[in-house]
Amino acid sequence: MKTKGFQYYLPTIVVFFAVLAIWEGGVRVFNIQRFLLPAPSVIFTAFIDIFPRLISSALYTFRGAVLGMLIGSIVGILLAFTTIRFALIREGLLPFAIAANSVPIIAFAPIMNNWFGLTNQLSKIMIVAVIVVFPMMINVARGLVLVEPAKLELMRSYAATPLEVLLKVRIPNALPFFFNALKICSTLSLIGAIVSEYFGGPRGTLGVFITQEAALFKFANAWAAIIISAILGMLFYLLILLLERVSIPWHASTQNTNEA
Amino acid sequence: MASQQPVVSLKGVNQIFGNGSQNQTIALKDIQLDIQPGEFISLIGPSGCGKSTLLRVVGDLIQPTNGDVRVNGKPAPQARLDRDYGMVFQSPVLFEWRTVQHNVELPLEVLKINKAERERRAREMLELVELSQFLKHHPWQLSGGMQQRVAIARALAFKPPLLLMDEPFGALDEITRERLNDELLKIWARTKTTIIFVTHSISEAVFLSSRIVVMSARPGRITKLINIDLPYPRDIATRENRRFFELATEVREALRAGEASRAGESEKLH
Repeated sequence: MKTKGFQYYLPTIVVFFAVLAIWEGGVRVFNIQRFLLPAPSVIFTAFIDIFPRLISSALYTFRGAVLGMLIGSIVGILLAFTTIRFALIREGLLPFAIAANSVPIIAFAPIMNNWFGLTNQLSKIMIVAVIVVFPMMINVARGLVLVEPAKLELMRSYAATPLEVLLKVRIPNALPFFFNALKICSTLSLIGAIVSEYFGGPRGTLGVFITQEAALFKFANAWAAIIISAILGMLFYLLILLLERVSIPWHASTQNTNEA
Repeated sequence: MASQQPVVSLKGVNQIFGNGSQNQTIALKDIQLDIQPGEFISLIGPSGCGKSTLLRVVGDLIQPTNGDVRVNGKPAPQARLDRDYGMVFQSPVLFEWRTVQHNVELPLEVLKINKAERERRAREMLELVELSQFLKHHPWQLSGGMQQRVAIARALAFKPPLLLMDEPFGALDEITRERLNDELLKIWARTKTTIIFVTHSISEAVFLSSRIVVMSARPGRITKLINIDLPYPRDIATRENRRFFELATEVREALRAGEASRAGESEKLH
């Protein structure tokens, strides 16, 4: 991958600062009330003031998102492997998984709170895990199944065993699908972790912090927390992107040549 | 040569898809064919004549509905388990996560050959197709013609006595195709491998083959066998030889005759 020059990013940077300037100017010129929309400068000041609390809450929530994603991914991957091994599971479970994928799992948050305890982080971790399971399972299963038929014919011509086909064809073929699922799930898991905290949890968490500050009309603080969750989400996504580039350089590179 | 055991022997081979159903198609009808060691056989015919199907039947990638398929005297499934043939498809079918060298090593890994020997053979094969300097490249860094040469190197890596090629140069431009035709003949001369080559190009078939099997569609069947008596080694001059054009004409007429007989049959039906 080649590093792109400053000029490539210039439009993005210009747009970013233009939006900030319009926001700041608009709030001042039209004298918009703070509880409706605080100016960026006010949010920035709040961000600095409460930074230690923000960071500890964010790390707590992030830990929940990561642990949930880990559990959900492992279960999803195991399910995906069983779908290719057993036709019965593929035919029985996969349509269910695809249907479950369109269910707003976050609606189960209060039930999870009831099962695992409101202040126990396990209730949040489990919500994230359930959110992650289905996209992970569906994507990895597709990666294992959607192999170029000629590759399978080739392996057959070598009289390769099913295990060799799995290790040398299906699993490498599924890797790009797996990373795609990770990217989707990084966003989903953070949403899941924060929103499940909206339904209650310990004080030092992003979700609870945002709801409480908003309830107290400290909107600048709530906005500061939203900004740190946005930064967290982007960092999480970039981390996975980096992991993808390192693990399957052959795939990232093909994408680059296609773009060129 | 006739006294030797044929590399491929087909007797009364039929292949019917959708057997018993309404849209049942007879892909292959009563195929009889013996291929001797060292022959370069081309299967030529219009699309739907079953030439690719016939190739897959020989390679035990599909089982014929009935008939006897023997490769090196063994039933086709046993020959496949013994890795008696290498396969090259129309697309290179390279594994994009493997380097050129590791693609060529793939069949050797399945054959449980040790690393040092795998590496040695991969180098040797890539030298044969003149790609030695691309060992560490990934497939997407190569042109289509180069990718197909890697596929040939891979098919030859375990030195199979038989090479099955399904329109290997069909997706390439004319210039690249002719160059690869030359290279393939050189490889054939050096390795002494028997080759079955599926194509729909008359000039390609005449240039390469020692014998051409002309096929016809619906039902897929062999309509004519044509011996190509042009001397090897063949080169540019061969393509301009008068005999080359005579043989090309003979193949073309055989293809036409096959089509015409089918047209006649369908008229009788109506």
